[in-house]
Amino acid sequence: MDEILRVEGISKTFTLSKKQQKIERTTLRKKVAVDNLSFTANRGEIFGLLGPNGAGKTTTLRILATLIKPDTGDAMLDGYSVVNEEEEVRSRIAFLTSELKLEDFFTPNYLFDFFARLHGVPETEAAERKRVMFERFGIDKFAEVKVQNLSTGMKQKASIVISLAHNPDIIIFDEPTNGLDVLTARTVTDFLAEMRQQGKTIILSTHIFSLVEKLCDRVGIIIDGRLTHCDTLDAIRDGMSLEDRFFEIYKEQKGGEE
Amino acid sequence: MRKRGNVWTIVRKEFARFFGDRSLVFTTVIMPGLLIYIVYSLMGDNIGKSHHDDNEGPTTVYVDNLPESLRGDFDSIPFQLVTKGFNAVALIGDSLADKEKSLIYVNFPPHFDSLIAAYDPMGGEAAPNVKIYHNSNSDNSELAYQAVKTYLEEWENSRNNMFDINAENPDTEETFDMADENDSLGEILGQLFPMLLMILLFSGCMAVAPTSIAGEKERGTIATLLVTPMKRSELAIGKILSLSTFAMLSGLSSFLGIIFSLPRLLHADETGVDIAIPYGVGDYLLILCVLISTVLVLVSCISILSALAKDVKSAGTLVLPLMLVVMFVGFTPMLGGDAPEGVTAYLVPFYNSVQSMASIFSFELKPAAVGITVAANLVYAAISVWVLTRMFNSERIMFGK
Repeated sequence: MDEILRVEGISKTFTLSKKQQKIERTTLRKKVAVDNLSFTANRGEIFGLLGPNGAGKTTTLRILATLIKPDTGDAMLDGYSVVNEEEEVRSRIAFLTSELKLEDFFTPNYLFDFFARLHGVPETEAAERKRVMFERFGIDKFAEVKVQNLSTGMKQKASIVISLAHNPDIIIFDEPTNGLDVLTARTVTDFLAEMRQQGKTIILSTHIFSLVEKLCDRVGIIIDGRLTHCDTLDAIRDGMSLEDRFFEIYKEQKGGEE
Repeated sequence: MRKRGNVWTIVRKEFARFFGDRSLVFTTVIMPGLLIYIVYSLMGDNIGKSHHDDNEGPTTVYVDNLPESLRGDFDSIPFQLVTKGFNAVALIGDSLADKEKSLIYVNFPPHFDSLIAAYDPMGGEAAPNVKIYHNSNSDNSELAYQAVKTYLEEWENSRNNMFDINAENPDTEETFDMADENDSLGEILGQLFPMLLMILLFSGCMAVAPTSIAGEKERGTIATLLVTPMKRSELAIGKILSLSTFAMLSGLSSFLGIIFSLPRLLHADETGVDIAIPYGVGDYLLILCVLISTVLVLVSCISILSALAKDVKSAGTLVLPLMLVVMFVGFTPMLGGDAPEGVTAYLVPFYNSVQSMASIFSFELKPAAVGITVAANLVYAAISVWVLTRMFNSERIMFGK
């Protein structure tokens, strides 16, 4: 298999504010979000990071998307370091998360062109890609409607298409179906499977077992910032349902507590 | 090539955002100039109206026992003169109490000329007393009172007049006030305009910068930009260039509002003051250079403070101290004193712009000082771009909760 992503011992610690300490119900000033995480992903596969809320999934993906830097360790995406070659990494990835928003004032049509220009996509290529993608997601029906007037599902579709304007090889997707209605969620999962068919690599994070079982080739289980298991889906399941296996692992890690 | 391309892409997007929002264009660019023009013109018209009322109103001067020695002079006063056929008691009792009525009542003692001729100041008797009844709440009544009183005082003094002071000679029309009209105007504008321009430019910057930087952070749209391969410096330069343009447009609108309303505010048609002539093209170009460099510094500072803020509201709070500093600095030409001589003063941001503008507006241009100001401002703007770039790179600032 052709390795496209190698994560090597990344760690990230955050300093908590007083307010965050109250929310987290802790007196500690530091919180280890990611602790010495290492894994690899191959070209043309969907790799899922599975874990409970606050396990460090989003922090890991944000490091891979170069939005934040690891305190230690590094990750190589398509041969480029997320620590030292951020612009090269960004030109090869799409990062999708509910945190990233589109400007309300503009239309999907304008924003697609805008982000295609920032990624250096030639105009004719961008126009053709826009036509295909807008048709695939049904965006052509509301291409000239301002984002502020779109429904959540429409916005999510527009976000996905716009983030893929430069046809990246690696798609990093944080909680892909969060907050989506069943129809839009289905469109997204179908699209991710289609992307894999086209040889794209998808790194996604989720806490939804069915999504992992449906889509992922390989899975990493992350609990309290540490990667406890990383293998193929079948190897992880070990003859059980993913949900049962996950809670077994979780109990092992937490020493019996739930 | 890509660097310039991405900066231009950001500038185009910001332009599309700004000019695509008609209400934003109206409130930021059109309304300031329009409001200033309307308010200043109305102020000028009202001052003018009051001025006309005072001088041309049908003020009536009622006079009892007008002495023969003053009859000729009183006939020529610029008021309607009534010397008989009126009820003095009614005048004092009712009419004068009404401030809407423009009148005064002058009461000379009977046989005034004989009385003053016979009056001996050393005799110990009371001097003949002229009574002038007026209403100080009425501008016209007060004006007529002052005019008649002054005239009578001067007439009284002329009885012992030994010499004249600055007596006018109608043949030579010689004047004794040597002040140049432009110098006086320049002094006023040199004090007023820098302050006005700094405040207007600051308002323009405030209208656009926090929304564009802190607003994008608040809405989560800046993170979308930060995951593109664009350099952070390109984002900073693109933002500052486009925001500076909007702030300049807003400042220019306000400036034009002032320029067009100034003749009406100062009653140029009546006073003969020409507002446009005093400054040449060179002056305007120098002012423009100072303004552009100042806007770059202002926008950069507000952008940096906005990047520190988590939302538009907190950006406003962070920018407030800067606003106070800029306003205070804008007032410095009004504090008096000569413009600073040394180079150092023109390296101090905002103060350098205010002093340079003051020197241009007051016809005391110091080219070297203006040059230093513009150069220093451009250096500060470049440093600010570097700082803003670092801030866009800082995960604590951009994504800190």
